[in-house]
Amino acid sequence: MAEVTYREAVTMGMAQEMRRDDRVYFIGEDVAAAGGVFKTTPGLQDEFGDRRVRDTPISEEAITGAVMGAAMTGLRPVAEIMFSDFYATCWDIVANQMAKTRYMTDGQTSLPLVLRGANGGGLRFGAQHSQAVENWAMAIPGLKVVAPSTPRDVIGLLAASIRDPDPVIFLEQKSLYPSKGEVPDGEHLDELGKATVVREGSDVTIVALAAMVPRALTAAEQLAEEGVSAEVVDVRSLVPLDASTILASVGKTARLVTVEENPRLCGWGAEIVSLVAEEGFWHLDGPIVRVTSPHVPLPSADELEDVTLPTAERVVDAVRRALA
Amino acid sequence: MATTADPHAIDEATRVAMFRDIARARLFEQRAYDLFMKGLVKGTSHLATGQEAVAAGYAAAMRSDDYVLCTYRGHVHTLLRGAPMDALMAELLGRASGICGGKGGSMHLTSVRHGALGSYAIVGAHLPIAVGAAWSAQARGTGQVAVCFFGDGATNIGAFHEALNMAAVWELPVVFVCENNLYMEYTPIGEVTATEHPAADRAASYGLEGLVVDGNDPDAVYEVATDTVGRARDGGGPSLVEAKTYRHGGHSRADPGTYRPSEEVEEWISRDPYVRYPERLRDDGVDPATLEAIVAEAEAEVDHATNAATDSPVPDPSVILTNVWADGGSSWRK
Repeated sequence: MAEVTYREAVTMGMAQEMRRDDRVYFIGEDVAAAGGVFKTTPGLQDEFGDRRVRDTPISEEAITGAVMGAAMTGLRPVAEIMFSDFYATCWDIVANQMAKTRYMTDGQTSLPLVLRGANGGGLRFGAQHSQAVENWAMAIPGLKVVAPSTPRDVIGLLAASIRDPDPVIFLEQKSLYPSKGEVPDGEHLDELGKATVVREGSDVTIVALAAMVPRALTAAEQLAEEGVSAEVVDVRSLVPLDASTILASVGKTARLVTVEENPRLCGWGAEIVSLVAEEGFWHLDGPIVRVTSPHVPLPSADELEDVTLPTAERVVDAVRRALA
Repeated sequence: MATTADPHAIDEATRVAMFRDIARARLFEQRAYDLFMKGLVKGTSHLATGQEAVAAGYAAAMRSDDYVLCTYRGHVHTLLRGAPMDALMAELLGRASGICGGKGGSMHLTSVRHGALGSYAIVGAHLPIAVGAAWSAQARGTGQVAVCFFGDGATNIGAFHEALNMAAVWELPVVFVCENNLYMEYTPIGEVTATEHPAADRAASYGLEGLVVDGNDPDAVYEVATDTVGRARDGGGPSLVEAKTYRHGGHSRADPGTYRPSEEVEEWISRDPYVRYPERLRDDGVDPATLEAIVAEAEAEVDHATNAATDSPVPDPSVILTNVWADGGSSWRK
């Protein structure tokens, strides 16, 4: 076991799969010689050459179209979308083309491709470089949506995404890049569609994703001091969604709080709530509480961004309301 | 630069094959129109009547493992890659034996095993995807070429420029073929475009030569197709070709095309490749009986496809859940 940063884990995951499979190619803006604007891919071009690791123009439609066409014809390409906000500029390719081609051709083609890059807020980049866009992708049938919270999961889930036969939107939470964690020695592979119980508890289930997972864990520690035993579930993959782990946890605790950093309306937490309401209602002993950002674009200033994104204190407060 | 062909430089078998392709395409689409008017083809349908020489010229110049990407006006391109007519007709009729099992329809005809990598219903969306197929061919070193057909309207969207630039910078084996039929849906392309030739005049922006060809002349198309596909295959990078042509009907089934001046329509219909090309072939010594037999065989093939489609069952409703993801539909969501 070695301790590495979340950003180093991205490089390790990419390198692991590029060594394993010479069909894996990697393109994006500033990803090759520069190693990525968040330094998530340094050294890959040195190891794998300028054919397999290539810089692109600032052309998100060309980038996403290229990986789609390449995936249809024998490669397993990965592209970096530098900031997930930029998905909006290539949404036709992602939502109308990538997501639907397997279906519209009745399975004549698979699209084994990954779009990865920085998602979410916390670094004061303002509303056009800070959005948590997982809901955009989750709403489109045909896409898979993955968002790791630890270096270990970055490697394991990135490897699984690259080996997956379907298009995967792989969202790295940018404020987590400097965070550290243990990763296994040697090749590491995880499984898509499996949530993780990252802290066991008996009084309430807190379901979180990406940067909200460490905040939920901090909240759980504070709650423990109050005598509340909180179980924290890291969803890790929104599509496929691991309904059984979530339902099992709520079956044990009888209370549910969801924590998501995206704006409130139509956030993925609402999907979890409806899942539990439909299929786990009789487990519940109290009201479900959602923690989200308010329905606003994310502001830039320290004092504004900090109060927009969910905090551990807000999670603690939500749990108190769920237990009331 | 306009290109003109020396038809005598093209062997007779190739020219006859191009006429066979034009005849099959024309008769298939005429039948599709008839079936639409009978209510058997649903939704909408965009016919390429009059434009068949572009697809035929390229089909004759391509290798069987090359790729084609086309638009919602893509019946002809898909058929001429070798996709079975029975399955194409069945798809138009929404039958289980359709080439996409009834999930695609007129605008999404695809036959991957024939290199027909899709008809795309969002204008211009497929140009970047063609770049990807060409990138893959370059990476795998297969010598395959991607040919991407699109209409004049696509030249004003961003993806056109992104795709052309990346293809040129990466020297990819892709040929972009603009079928300029003078109308962007209902609007004359000249009214909404700053250049005379919406595709060719932009070629210099990507370091490419602006190629304009008579898209109603199969021999001329074949010549430019041979040049551009050959250059791509030999590592010479992409080309941008503008084929001037005309659709005899409106944009789609609902459109009678009455916004077009009647003199213009008559002038172009007088240059119909389905009529003019066999006349030229006869003048050049091709046995008229050969040409008549081609038409008779195409008629029989269309009849067979129609019967096969109408005899095919409709899809089972259970298939709506299949092939969303490779692991089978929505099975992960309990």
